[in-house]
Amino acid sequence: MTEKFHYDNKIVRNFAIATIIWGIVGMTVGLLIAMQLFTPSLNMGSQYTTFGRIRPLHTNAVIFAFVGNAIFMGVYYSLQRLLKARMFSDVLSYIHFWGWQLIIVATAITLPLGFTTSHEYAEMEWPIDIGITLIWVVFGINMFGTIIKRREKHMYVAIWFYIATFVTVAVLHIVNSIELPISAFKSYYVYAGVQDALVQWWYGHNAVAFFLTTPYLGMMYYFLPKMAERPVYSYKLSILHFWSLIFIYIWAGPHHLLYTSLPGWVQSLSVVFSVMLIAPSWGGMINGLLTLRGAWDKVREDPRLKFMVVGITAYGMATFEGPMLAFKQINAIAHYTDWIVAHVHVGALGWNGFLTFGILYWLIPRIYSTELYSKKLASFHFWIGTLGIIFYAVPLYFAGFTQGLMWKEFTPEGVLRYPNFLETVIQIIPMYMLRALGGALYLTGVIVMTYNLIKTMKAGKLVANEAAEAQPLPAVYVPQGSDKKVHRFLERKPMLFLVLSLIVILIGGMVEMMPTFTIKSNIPTISSVKPYTPLELQGRDIYIREGCVNCHSQMIRPFRSETERYGEYSKGGEFVYDHPFLWGSKRTGPDLQREGGKYGNAWHYNHLYDPQTMSPGSIMPPYEWLINQQLDTTTTRSKISAMRSLGVPYPEGFESKANTKLDAQAKGIAADLKQNNIKVKSDREIIAIIAYLQRLGTDIKAK
Amino acid sequence: MNMIYLLIGFSILLALIFLIAFFWASRSGQNDDLYTPAVRMLFDDELTPEQEEKSDEDHA
Repeated sequence: MTEKFHYDNKIVRNFAIATIIWGIVGMTVGLLIAMQLFTPSLNMGSQYTTFGRIRPLHTNAVIFAFVGNAIFMGVYYSLQRLLKARMFSDVLSYIHFWGWQLIIVATAITLPLGFTTSHEYAEMEWPIDIGITLIWVVFGINMFGTIIKRREKHMYVAIWFYIATFVTVAVLHIVNSIELPISAFKSYYVYAGVQDALVQWWYGHNAVAFFLTTPYLGMMYYFLPKMAERPVYSYKLSILHFWSLIFIYIWAGPHHLLYTSLPGWVQSLSVVFSVMLIAPSWGGMINGLLTLRGAWDKVREDPRLKFMVVGITAYGMATFEGPMLAFKQINAIAHYTDWIVAHVHVGALGWNGFLTFGILYWLIPRIYSTELYSKKLASFHFWIGTLGIIFYAVPLYFAGFTQGLMWKEFTPEGVLRYPNFLETVIQIIPMYMLRALGGALYLTGVIVMTYNLIKTMKAGKLVANEAAEAQPLPAVYVPQGSDKKVHRFLERKPMLFLVLSLIVILIGGMVEMMPTFTIKSNIPTISSVKPYTPLELQGRDIYIREGCVNCHSQMIRPFRSETERYGEYSKGGEFVYDHPFLWGSKRTGPDLQREGGKYGNAWHYNHLYDPQTMSPGSIMPPYEWLINQQLDTTTTRSKISAMRSLGVPYPEGFESKANTKLDAQAKGIAADLKQNNIKVKSDREIIAIIAYLQRLGTDIKAK
Repeated sequence: MNMIYLLIGFSILLALIFLIAFFWASRSGQNDDLYTPAVRMLFDDELTPEQEEKSDEDHA
């Protein structure tokens, strides 16, 4: 009567190894960029290693390569055992694994080359976006195929989270990748300005929700009970917090855009829903921690459980801090500062990192049919990792408060106390050093773990196909008692579950995006705002390529401290031709939205060539290659016609004259530079980016 | 900004729907068996090559 089959452990092992390798790579890049902030010479004078180009390498590596592979490791291990079925297709598993690694390698190559869309955590250009879609579909077929051929009728809570993850990431990725390609590795988003900002942060926050949270909640629900040999605390709570989490989370995205030109009603909605989100998030934490009722003595002895406990607690901390940061009054101080970076890393290092480590320490010995090589080393990793998180977050809290408050301070006479932005940066450099120490400690722990796990794998032997036995599903299923009830019914219906989850997660996005896109009064038109000139457009693309948006914002908030420092606050109508938007999310350097006309062309030339000459003590890297590299004007034509098809009102036939206009404007700037004793040919890239910077914010005249 | 009247109304309506759904769900006996889903996953039927019979205790 029972069927004999085997679980595929080889694919789990493959994803585990990938997780560890990319974890080390991603965190090493993180350490490098952290150090670049107090030792700018670590930008190494090369365009391929500047902070602006490799910060996205760090974020994408830790999110998609480290966490991504960890998710697949956890899902492939737990899904098979919860469903008592081998993965649907070994071929699909193979394609999924290698396809995902290929995507990572493609990202690692293209990002330093400057091929970027500029959307945070989605910087990969369009060919890679297509690759992600294909591999995600492969993953989905493999996952749902396994669910359909399962031998366990009811889906356990972990699987609900995996389903929600799958469907939501698919939606998020597709909507945030609607780009018009203009060449092999360059595209423009179809959205512009305010709308682009909304799409990006609906995506960005929900990447946190459905890539960094829901799959990990699923893994928590599987691995923690297994480790502790205890059932999950509350089935009721899991139902309640699952549906409320996936419904509420989607609405929170715009809390990344508080006090910007995003319409006020969307901002307010996101604040309310962000605060409501505390409940379902803490539901997850409570369900996890209370599972350890009666088993706390095991935590004392077992490093794996220590990782899980601190990880889940960090989840609770981050999901309390997040909603607090979503309050407008607090956000007013925190936005653009390192407080946000600290918040991210409490969640990333604590929740994602520690859960991954706990699972690795539990899973590797099991599939290698042996014991962990050294419990002592695992314990050491736990303590040094925890210390690392503390040294990471606490200095950055100081840095965030300090800088945020310095930006806002006025003298009794009513002028800015710190009118020079650089002064606020220099103040927090010691904090950056401590943060780098924290990161180094954390990375050390990961390396110790790697050694421990390699020794473990060498001592054991991989059980590539683990024998198992289970009854097949009955031909006819007659539900008894509680099985007739709604949610228990749903747990037997994976496809219905998928559709319902899809509907639930679509609601928030539709309510926030549809009116913003269709009701014109949300983005009042400003008649004096005109499209960029061809030269400025090229310069803008250089700005995107160099990753300037990683350190500089272009969004002045309606606070007196900002209008005094930067000029008139930013209006939604100023960004209507910005494909993509470049509002930024961090001010490592000053806001640039009204940079136009503040300094002469010569100042910008000298500053880009070597920032320290114009701003002594600056941590900005030099951009010497912009002076040596010739501007590629062969793309002007396709850029103009692409923009026109996206709704920017360039006149018909403009692309034929575009390069002529470009040359004329470039020659004008070169001539002006010559007046200031700077000899540079007008066909260099630096001319284009100066043109762009000088245009910023000049379309409207403040009173 | 007048949108807010519609949104508040809609949100209250939505919240009410969820509240009603919750009360209906709890009253309709969904909570009779709260035990099975949590413990079901703890019992694995993993076989080692030596073992013939099905084990119903997970091995640490």
